[in-house]
Amino acid sequence: MANNIAELKKIANTLRIDVIKMLAKAGSGHSAGSLGMADIFAALYFNILNHNPKKPLWDKRDRLILSCGHIVPIRYAAMARSGYFPVAKLMTLRKLGSPLQGHPSYIDMPALECSAGPLGQGVSVAVGKALAAKMNKQKHFIYCLTSDGEHDEGQTWEAIMTAAKYKLDNLIFILDRNMIQIDGFTEKIMPLTHLHQKYLAFKWHVQQIDGNNMQEILTAINKAKKIKGKPRVIIAHTVPGKGVSFMENKWEWHGKAPSLEEAKQALKELV
Amino acid sequence: MINLLKQPEYKACRDGYGEALLELAKKNKNVVVLCADLEESTRTIDFGKKYPRRFVEVGVAEQNLAGIAAGLALEGKIPFMSSFAVFSPGRNWEQIRISICYNKANVKIVSSHAGLNVGEDGATHQALEDLATMRAIPNMTVIAPCDYLETKKAVMAAAKFKGPIYIRFGREKTPVITAKQSRFQIGRAEILRQGKDVTIIACGPMVAEALKAAEELAKQKITAEVINCHTIKPVDRGTIIKSAKKTKRVVTIEEHEVNGGLGSAVAEVLSQNYPVKMEIIGMPDKFGESGTAQQLLDKYGLNKNAIIKAVKRLI
Repeated sequence: MANNIAELKKIANTLRIDVIKMLAKAGSGHSAGSLGMADIFAALYFNILNHNPKKPLWDKRDRLILSCGHIVPIRYAAMARSGYFPVAKLMTLRKLGSPLQGHPSYIDMPALECSAGPLGQGVSVAVGKALAAKMNKQKHFIYCLTSDGEHDEGQTWEAIMTAAKYKLDNLIFILDRNMIQIDGFTEKIMPLTHLHQKYLAFKWHVQQIDGNNMQEILTAINKAKKIKGKPRVIIAHTVPGKGVSFMENKWEWHGKAPSLEEAKQALKELV
Repeated sequence: MINLLKQPEYKACRDGYGEALLELAKKNKNVVVLCADLEESTRTIDFGKKYPRRFVEVGVAEQNLAGIAAGLALEGKIPFMSSFAVFSPGRNWEQIRISICYNKANVKIVSSHAGLNVGEDGATHQALEDLATMRAIPNMTVIAPCDYLETKKAVMAAAKFKGPIYIRFGREKTPVITAKQSRFQIGRAEILRQGKDVTIIACGPMVAEALKAAEELAKQKITAEVINCHTIKPVDRGTIIKSAKKTKRVVTIEEHEVNGGLGSAVAEVLSQNYPVKMEIIGMPDKFGESGTAQQLLDKYGLNKNAIIKAVKRLI
């Protein structure tokens, strides 16, 4: 576990380097969101989560659901770097026979907690897991990473209502508000406007942070854990493509992998 | 099996479901029930009243229903999720595909009001495609019990079975044709009546029609073998092939479209193993309409007369 901000930032940078290498090798995959969420993944896997990489299905572990499954390369990198599997395995991303499927596959890697990718599905599964924990009187937290584009899906709002109805204060959403989706900027494709006001109206506890600021990430999650009686969302404003100048804030990089040449350039910037 | 001519008792499959849930609740504390604003109609209401902490009401939101059920199952619960077949699996096919089946989540999808028999509600509420859509998904088991007692047994068996299951039945009271002591096994079709001239394979409420047809055919010196094929997937290949070898003629009937349901499952088995002449009876690639259940079943040829005509065409 890393408590030091500088150390966590360094880990985030390592994860970004891993992601660039993985995507370039795979030849396909989602760059922008994976890079934008690197700081949050570093914070989760190296500071926040109560987990044991050697016993990934330990009963008391915190559950992490990646509902916006397309950014799973960053999760694989965080898992490898925290000891779930050898770092070398990262280079098998999207290859035949690899458990590192293009989108999270629970059957291939149970530590992912559930398969996801089709947007809206993971949020409901997270609510189900939170309900189960309440029924079983278990104390672990359920973290669900979701994206702004995912809030186009009606199912996402169905899950949000249910979490509020059942006062799931073991559930924490971290919403990647990076303002892009595959066809363009979110506010052009389908305006989400003030997501924080929507969550407030749905009776959630809401925080907004700079999702690339390590101190803000840690403070917000630790605060969220203490809120009682309602589900919590942290709207994390992130820079898609963070760390790679030619990818930053470019929606064109949502669903694209760098070429070998582009990867070389990106790695120079991430050193 | 009870003789149909002896005035059978009429009971609704959904009552069998509700009663089975109460029995299961006592046996296994991990059994939980989810409902999407239809607790009375799907008969989950008594479970909800007796075990409120094990009952989840998600409102009119079938996609979320399936996702939450998957989350509960992945944490060791045995969720039964219920709605009308037209909404679940009608509305939430993709959630069933990924959150439930791809995850191999131990979810039991139990849907009422399947088929034409919802009558007056009209085509919007007549689920006639669900067997096909559920059968197409890997890891899924599909069951259409034929009566109240069989529904009860199917639900009890589903709770013991590990993996996703879809169980569908209609709204109406239908004759109870199975006996309390008769055995129910998932994937094992039951020969209700032996015959040598033709095999009639049916599921759901059409099993009773098949028995009535066999009774009439017998008077005309045609002996029909009647098979209750309650499990549409995995379909009982052995029983189907063995019977086809004996009779050389097969008629299937189901309260479902002719595309992709029981008839298709039987045809897939026979065409690749022992091709025989076949007739598939079901909804003929059409939407239904309003009317009484009986009017509709008669109009679209889902009754014993349709079976008899099909048998005659084959002989």
